[in-house]
This record gives sequence, structure tokens and C-alpha cells, in this order.
Amino acid sequence: MVLWWALIVFIALFAVVGVIGVLSYRFRAGGEESAEDEMSEWGLGGRRFGTVITWFLVGGDLYTAYTLIAVPGLVFGMGAIGMFALPYTIIMYPLVLLVMPKLWQIAHNRGHVTPSDYVKERFDSRFLALLIAITGFIATMPYIALQMYGIEIVVAFMGVPATPALIVAFAIVAVFTFVSGLRAPALIAFVKDVLIYVVVLVAVIYIPITLGGFDDIFAQVPTAKQTLAPPQYVGFATLALGSALALFLYPHAITAIFGSSSQRVIRRNASLLPAYTFLLGLVALLGYMAIAAGSQPTAYGPDGVVPQLFVDMFANPLVGVAFAAIAIGAVVPASVMAIAASNLFTRNFYQQFIRQDISSTEEATVSRIGSTIVLVGALIFVLSAPSYAITLQLMGGVWILQTLPAVWLGLYVRWLDRWAIMVGWLVGMVWGTYGMAVEGYAQGGLDNVQLFGSPTTIYVGFYSLAANLLIVFIGSALARLFTSQEQTSYGMLTEEEYKEPEHA
Amino acid sequence: MSSEQGSQNGEAANQDAQGRWSRWWLLLLLLPYIGLLYPPLYSRLEPELWGIPFFIWYQFLWVIITVVITFLVYRVRS
Repeated sequence: MVLWWALIVFIALFAVVGVIGVLSYRFRAGGEESAEDEMSEWGLGGRRFGTVITWFLVGGDLYTAYTLIAVPGLVFGMGAIGMFALPYTIIMYPLVLLVMPKLWQIAHNRGHVTPSDYVKERFDSRFLALLIAITGFIATMPYIALQMYGIEIVVAFMGVPATPALIVAFAIVAVFTFVSGLRAPALIAFVKDVLIYVVVLVAVIYIPITLGGFDDIFAQVPTAKQTLAPPQYVGFATLALGSALALFLYPHAITAIFGSSSQRVIRRNASLLPAYTFLLGLVALLGYMAIAAGSQPTAYGPDGVVPQLFVDMFANPLVGVAFAAIAIGAVVPASVMAIAASNLFTRNFYQQFIRQDISSTEEATVSRIGSTIVLVGALIFVLSAPSYAITLQLMGGVWILQTLPAVWLGLYVRWLDRWAIMVGWLVGMVWGTYGMAVEGYAQGGLDNVQLFGSPTTIYVGFYSLAANLLIVFIGSALARLFTSQEQTSYGMLTEEEYKEPEHA
Repeated sequence: MSSEQGSQNGEAANQDAQGRWSRWWLLLLLLPYIGLLYPPLYSRLEPELWGIPFFIWYQFLWVIITVVITFLVYRVRS
């Protein structure tokens, strides 16, 4: 059965977004001087986004459509452990406040576009930069595929054949990304977030009223699903911490941060972005509401819970608005991720190993074409093997964590050795992948272990990063003993590069 | 001349003291980690708030506390 009214609203909103995306290339476009740096213009929106645009862009980029579907699905199926999304998206902001302005300043001073650009100069090693870039790339690809999967789910719930709809949606994303670069998701995020906030607020007010208030809702949820059991404690905490550390290592998160116009924009957003966390928490509660409403997803398992709840509870046109919000919510991160991934390819592989004398305009062209190829790849991925996309995205979180020593620690610890970082990365990648492949993938990244004689779970990313860090510190200390050279600078970067210029 | 220099030195010392003082504010940033990464602290049903279990509304409360903390640290250090 096709939900016609929902479909009409959905298509209308999606069309508006497509037009905004294509026209957004004009938004705060630079003059003559910035024409020389076409790469920063396309890839970072000219580094001119202020507090408000950055808030929309980063919020739309990080709180993805799939997150909004998967978190309540997890709460619906597994109960309280799914609430880890709240601590996860709270404790990352103190880190954002401390770390990201510093990284932004160096990128700004040195013209870095990707996190690997920084790593290359910090450790004077294009090989280490390539490793970090590859890690970012393979962690991002399944993430993009999952965004497509989010679109597929809502389209299917409207009774429309998913494959042709996905191809159309993908084509729209590919075109506006090619034309407008980071400006497109920045402006679309504006529309998307307004829609999402409206839908969620309506949902968390209207649904509880229909169901008789939160008292009645939680009365129908088994108490075992309302709190954690002691064996879940370690898993819950390590999953929250590991995920928080991982998120701002992803290339698409750093790309959105690099697009902002000043350190102050980032610092302010550390206090403003938690509004999305609050929203995500409300969305998570939809999982409990679905239990109380007796919703049973007809397809897509737990990921179908939210769409099913909307179809059960809302009038048809409102379903269309809600589904459009989710689908547009997939478009924003998919676009930023494609930009980030192809920037990695252009800057840290093509420009480093294929053609070193490339101009910024040519770079932007390579990145544009790259973004389209990345999106085609993700589309094929999700059409052929959606379940692998979920598994690989979970693994991607573990992989991207292994870049923490190179990307973050290097900002603070001067005596890090690049070889120690490479070995640590390798060990973390191998152990993390093994842990996920053996057990972790089946339970959201958690591994069963014995801790102090009692069975518990622990996040695979947590222990693989711990091993990585141990090797990095021991290895760097040893290297320091044997070279006995006083480290006076951060690789190719001087102390000055870490500071704000005087006039700022 | 000498008095000017003196006041400059005084200012520098003052800024230095402020810098050291503002570093202590960074410790506030640890609070969300303490409050949220030890689940036995809050994994229980009571007391409920508007019918919502403690485990859940406690986490929402930390969203607000963290906003206040990050904002305070931003203001104090800029």
C-alpha cells in the first residue's frame, strides 16, 4: 500500500532540498583572492562558516539519520544499553572545547584541508598521513552506505520500491555535492534540522498524550529494559567513552569543523551542539514509546521501529514530513562524508604520490569527481549488501579510534615517535578487527570478557585503543632514549603554528 | 618611564595569575565523565520524574549541566 499523501509531501520537501543544494554554491562565495584556493572553497566552504551555520552543519553531520533510526531501535530491542547514546554525545563536548580549536588553528594557519594534511606535517611523514587517510576512508565508506540505508527504510515504509527511489535520491546528492561542495550540506542542514526538531517535538508531546503519559508508557516497559544490569556497566561506559573519542576523529566531523571561521565559533558550539544531544535523547525515548504502543515493525527489524511508530501514530501528511526529515537527515552527512573522503584521496594520495605539482583548482576538480565516485560506491554497497554496511560501520568506529594518537595526541605531546605511532596503529587495527569479527559485530561492538572473575562486556574499540596507546608511549619513550635528540618542534610545525596570529 | 614599566610588569603578572587561575576551571570539564561513566551511580528506577525512571532523566540532566560547564569554561578562558 502506497501512502500517497506522505509520498507527495516527501517528494516536495526533497525537491526543495535539491534546489537549495545546487544553488548554495553562491552562499558567501569568496571574491577574486579565494578563486586561487578553489580546494578550500569547494571542500571547506571557504572556511567562512559562523556560529549558526556551523551549529546546523555539525549537528546535521553528526546526528545522522541512521543514528535517529538505530538508537530508538536499540532501546526498543535491547533496552537501557541503547541509552549509551546520551553519555556518548555529552562527554564528547568537553573534548571538542579543548582539542578542536587547536586543530582548527593549525589547519587554518597551514592551509590544511584534511586531518591527514596535519598528520603529514606534524610527523613529517606522508606515509603515516596515508595510513591515517586510508583509515578515515574505509571508516567513512560504510557510514555513507548506512545513510543510504536510512533513506531506503523510510521510502520502503511509504510503499515505494526502494531501489529506483534510492538511485534518484543518490543522484540529487551527487549533483549538489559536485556543484556546491560543503556549502550544500551546510544550507540543507538548516532545512533538515528545522524539520527534525518539529517532528521530534510533536512526537514526544503527541505520542505520550495518546499513550496516557510517561507513567503509563514506562508501566508497560519491562523494568529490566529501564536500567542496566551490573554485567552491562563496563560495556555501557566503554561504549560511550570509545564512541565519544571516535566521533571527532572521523574525517567528516573534522571537515565540518575546519569549515568554521574561527576558534570562537568552535568553542561556542561546544555549548550549543548539546541541544542535538537532548534531541537525540528524546528520539531514544521513542523506542520505549514503541514498546508501549505495541508497534511491531513489519520490516527492517529494530531499524523499522521508528518509521513503524510514525505510520501507526501520525496522520499521513505528517508521516511525509517525518520521513522527509529522516531522508534529508541522511543527505547532509552523506554529502559531507563524500566530500571528506574524496578530499582524503585528493590531498593525501593523489597530490602526494601521483601528481605533486597540482594546482588548487585541479585539486578541487579531482575532489569533485572523487565525491561522485564515492557516492556511487556507497550506493552499490547498500544495494548489494546492507547488512555488511551495518557491521562495517561498527568496525569503522574501532578503526577510526586508532588514529587518535596521530591526530589528537600529537597536538599535546611533543616527543611522540612516528614509527611508534605506526606500530600502535597496526596493532590496534588488527586486534580491533579481530575482536569485532569474532564476537563484537553481533552485539554492537561489545565483547564478552571475564573481569575480576565475573562475566562482563567491554567495547572492542576501547581495549584495542588502550593497546595502541601503550605501544605509542613505550615506543616513543624508547626512541627518545636512543636518539637522545632534544625535540624542539612538532615535526615540520613550529610553536608559532599552534598559536592564533597576533591580529586575530 | 620606570612607573610605566612597573605597571606593565604588574599587568603581565596579573595576566599570568589569571592564566594559572583559569587552568583550574578546566577541572570542571572532568565532571561529566565522573557523572556518566560510572553507571552504578545512576542505574536505578527511583526517584522517578514525571513517570520517567531516574536512569533516564539523570542523563538528560547531565546534558544541561555539561552545557553550563562548557559555557563557563569558554567564558572564563576567553
